[in-house]
Amino acid sequence: MNHYLTAFQVIGMRELRRFFTQRGRFLSALVRPLVWLLIFATGFRAALGVSIIAPYQTYITYETYILPGLCAMILLFNGMQSSLSLVYDREVGPMRLLLTAPLPRWWLLFSKLTASVLVGCLQVYAFLAVAVLFGVKLSLAGYVLILPALIGVGLMLGALGLLLSSVIRQLENFATVMNFVIFPVFFLSSALYPLWRMRESSELLFYVCSWNPFTYAVELVRFSAYATSAPVQMAIVAGSGVVFFLLANHLYDPARR
Amino acid sequence: MKTALKLDHVSFDYGQKAALKDVSFSVADGTFCALLGPNGAGKSTLFSLLSRLRIPAKGQIDISGRSLLQDPMHGLAGMGIVFQQPTLDLDTTVRQNLIYFAGLHGLRGVDAHHSITRALTRMRMSERADEKVRLLNGGHRRRMEIARALVHNPRILLLDEPTVGLDAQSRKDITDHVHDLVAEGLAVLWATHLVDEIGDHDQVVLLHEGRIIADGPAQTLRGEDRLLDWYLHRTHAENVMP
Repeated sequence: MNHYLTAFQVIGMRELRRFFTQRGRFLSALVRPLVWLLIFATGFRAALGVSIIAPYQTYITYETYILPGLCAMILLFNGMQSSLSLVYDREVGPMRLLLTAPLPRWWLLFSKLTASVLVGCLQVYAFLAVAVLFGVKLSLAGYVLILPALIGVGLMLGALGLLLSSVIRQLENFATVMNFVIFPVFFLSSALYPLWRMRESSELLFYVCSWNPFTYAVELVRFSAYATSAPVQMAIVAGSGVVFFLLANHLYDPARR
Repeated sequence: MKTALKLDHVSFDYGQKAALKDVSFSVADGTFCALLGPNGAGKSTLFSLLSRLRIPAKGQIDISGRSLLQDPMHGLAGMGIVFQQPTLDLDTTVRQNLIYFAGLHGLRGVDAHHSITRALTRMRMSERADEKVRLLNGGHRRRMEIARALVHNPRILLLDEPTVGLDAQSRKDITDHVHDLVAEGLAVLWATHLVDEIGDHDQVVLLHEGRIIADGPAQTLRGEDRLLDWYLHRTHAENVMP
């Protein structure tokens, strides 16, 4: 077991070191949601009024509404970026080093996944800290309570990224998939607008959003931030994460060619 | 001498294209075995099977007497691998790269420190331990990768064309270093298409179009010819790029 934990530790340290040495990655992880929060939200505040919906108990500003969605967006980008690095690693080599370690492959992939979630959570808290400066904040308990949700959502999205990286052989293809995955997943969710608003415009898109696991990821973060239990969201996030991971692990199996 | 590595009727294909056909050979402890063959002969495919990045369609691979397929953890723990493409984190130091690798093999703390120091000393890289990898030249990077492959004290060292892209002096240094390791008892499988890296007493396994077409000591195989002439003759000289 010691061997497992040692490997877990060095994989985590490597990911953290890479994150802190790549300042551009950190800045873009921070700037992207801030642009949404400070520019997009301000512009659309009037157009996109939000009625009282769970878990909120009163009228809220649009900035407050999209905050959990932007946290999930950070984890979505981080999950995809991390899998992008896996494709890159496999093309240039370091992934081979990891996969030839004398440990079960699922553990190596899980360690890599968890390390990237750790980085994603750091990005989210950095974003939330900057958001406070602009008056968009949660309660103190909210900051603590979202952590398990962030970890769960991060693992699910990281597993999705892992799955994509296992089927994509070249970086060029991956760049295309980023556009075909990130944008639909993000926009077809409750991150930027409540689903009832979507239903008013299109029943079909409403159902698509309802089938999108990312919707439940956003809602899990939202409900956790307001100390409200969300068993359905939790089950869907956990179930999707397990399915994505098992599929990725299967596709990374050396017996497959 | 004990057999460190044994392949028994191993075959592999990429869909319709056969990459390895019924490959069998073995390497004993304390032996430098050159896996010689032109580009496209199947050397890298063979390495990906040995490092378990792929699984053979047929045949058996034994590492220190145990099946790699049935007991992959034992096999991978007993071998050090240097891939053809560099697998380094350029913006960290030599030591940090080795600590990462040591951790993947379950070494930490004082044990890892001692193993890393010993491996760097073996490859005469101790004085570079705290330099960033990006600042090292190609030869030193390769030596560092070999040192890394030695950190967990493997019995077998696999090197896939480790001198590609290096200047003549660096190539000679690395080839000499690895021959020194063989003298210490390590079994080495060294993939190459460059005959000047092979000594007369080294074992040569000649791979051509996925098949083994010769296996034995270099001196015996070449007879009175130069090794290069023998190699070109056996692999159809007209197909070999100069």
